[in-house]
Amino acid sequence: MSKSLVKVEDVGQTFDTKNGKFVALRDINLEIREGEVVSLIGHSGCGKSTLLNLIAGLTLPSSGALICDGREIAGPGPERAVVFQNHSLLPWLTCFENVYLAVERVFGQKEGKDKLKARTAEALKMVRMDHAMDKYPHEVSGGMKQRVGIARAFAMEPKILLMDEPFGALDALTRASLQDELMRVMSETGATVVMVTHDVDEAVLLSDRIVMMTNGPAATIGQIVDVDLPWPRDRLDLVEKPEFAHYRAAVVDFLHRKQLKKAA
Amino acid sequence: MSALTMENKIEEAATPAAKTVELVAPAATPRPADKSAEFVRALLKSVIPPLFGLALLVGVWELVSIKGGSIPTPAATWKAAVTLFSDPFYSNGPNDQGIGWNVLSSLQRVGIGFGFAAAVGIPLGFILGRFKFMSSMVDPIISLLRPVSPLAWLPIGLLVFKKADPAATWTIFICSIWPMILNTAEGVRRVPTDYINVARVLNLSEMKIVTKILFPAVLPYMLTGIRLSIGTAWLVIVAAEMLTGGVGIGFWVWDEWNNLKVEHILIAIFVIGFVGLLLEQILMRIAKRFTYETR
Repeated sequence: MSKSLVKVEDVGQTFDTKNGKFVALRDINLEIREGEVVSLIGHSGCGKSTLLNLIAGLTLPSSGALICDGREIAGPGPERAVVFQNHSLLPWLTCFENVYLAVERVFGQKEGKDKLKARTAEALKMVRMDHAMDKYPHEVSGGMKQRVGIARAFAMEPKILLMDEPFGALDALTRASLQDELMRVMSETGATVVMVTHDVDEAVLLSDRIVMMTNGPAATIGQIVDVDLPWPRDRLDLVEKPEFAHYRAAVVDFLHRKQLKKAA
Repeated sequence: MSALTMENKIEEAATPAAKTVELVAPAATPRPADKSAEFVRALLKSVIPPLFGLALLVGVWELVSIKGGSIPTPAATWKAAVTLFSDPFYSNGPNDQGIGWNVLSSLQRVGIGFGFAAAVGIPLGFILGRFKFMSSMVDPIISLLRPVSPLAWLPIGLLVFKKADPAATWTIFICSIWPMILNTAEGVRRVPTDYINVARVLNLSEMKIVTKILFPAVLPYMLTGIRLSIGTAWLVIVAAEMLTGGVGIGFWVWDEWNNLKVEHILIAIFVIGFVGLLLEQILMRIAKRFTYETR
C-alpha cells in the first residue's frame, strides 16, 4: 500500500428537492491508496452511490473537495472508469465494439488499429468472454453482460476503478463466480478499486478496507474496518477461517446493531 | 457462432429438465399428416375472416349500387379497373395520363416535401431535445401551428412559389415537419441516462456521442416520426392536388369526377389505400430493423 491516490476532503452533498434541501452526505473524509480495494457498505439510501458518483465526477460536491492523483476532480474522465450496476452496454454495438469504443478513446491517439483491437480482445479474454465477442448484449446472459462491462472498464487501464453494486442484479451463483473472476483480474492488474456493495460477504471477501456508512439523510462514514487477510483469497478457505468470521461479524454488528434501520 | 450454439445445445440436452421434456415430447409431436392438417387449419384461420370481410364489403357495395342508382356496381368497377391497369403508363398530354404516372407524381411530391421536412425537422428536433431553453422557446409556436390543416398553408405556398406544383409540395412539407420535430425531440429527451453517463465517463468527443450514442438511441423515435409524417403526407397530398391540379392521384380523382367516371373514383380510393398501406408496411419493417432490445 503505497502512495495516496484519491483524497476526499470534508465533502458534503445536498440536493434541491421539491420539499427543500436534502442533505445526502456530510463531513466525508477518506483517503484511497494506490492498489487498494475499498468497499463502501451501508443500508440503502445511505449515500454510498452518491459518494461513488462524486469520485467518478458524475456529480460535483456541494462542499469540500475531491482530489485524484494531485488534481481536483472537476468532471468524469477515463482515468476513473466506472462499472455500472446495470452493465450499461450500448445495445447497438457488439460486446467487442462496446469495449473497443472505450479502448479507442483512451489509446486511439497513440496506437494503431491493430494494437487497439488486440487490447480489446485481450480485455475480453481476461473476463473469459472471448467466445462471444461478436454477440450483441441482448444475446448474452446478465452475468456475461457484466463481464463485458468489467472488461470495458479494465481495458481503459484506469488509475482507479469505480464499481456501483456491480453484481447487485445477478443471482447468487453467478455473483460468486464473477467475484472470483474479479479477484483474479484485480490481482493480475493490481488495480485500485472502490466498490459500492450491500453484501457483507462480498465486502469482506474482496476488500482491503471496508468503509461503513451511517444511515441517511446526512450520512457520513461511521467506521472503517481494515481487512487483514492475505491475497490471493479463496472463498472456500476463508469461510473456515476465524479471521473471516471476525471481520464479517464486525460489519454485521455495525450494520444491524449500531445502524439498524427503523421499520425497514 | 455456430460452434457456440452447438455447445449450448449440448448443455441443454445434458440438463435433466431437457431430458424430461424429450421424454414427453414424442407423444405430443403430431404425425406428419396431422402436421399438414394443422397448417391448413392455421391458413384457413388467417384467410377466412378477411375474406368474409371483403365479401361483406362487396355485398354492401352491390346493394348500395342497386339502390343508389349512380354508384357503379362492383362488377362494372372491376371491368374499368382491368382496362385501366392494362396500360397504367400512357401519356396523352398533361391532363390525360395513366394511373401509374398519377400515383408516381403524387409519390414524388410526397417524397420531396417529406425530404425537406426531414432535413429541417430532424436537426431541429435534436436541438429542441438537447436544450431546454430552445424547447421552451419553440414549443408554444409548434403547439399553435400543429393543429392547423396543412391546406390552410396552400395559399401561402402559391403566393411564395407562384406555381401550383411547389405549392403542393409545400403543404406536404408543413404537415410532415411537426411529427418529425416532436418525435426526434422526444427521442433525444428519452436517451437513457446510463448511456449518457457512459459517454461522460469515457469523455467521448461530441462527434462520437452523436454517432455512437445519440443517433442510434434516437433512431427508433425518429422512424416513428417518419412513419407518422408519411402517413399524414399521403392523406394531405390528395386534397392538395385536388386544389392545385396538374398530374397526381388527387387531381385525377377530381378530373374523373368532372368526367363523371365514378368507377375510376372508386378505383382511385382503393389505389390510394393500397399505396398508403404499402408505405406504412415498408416503414414498419425498417423501424423493426433498427429497434434494439435494451435488456
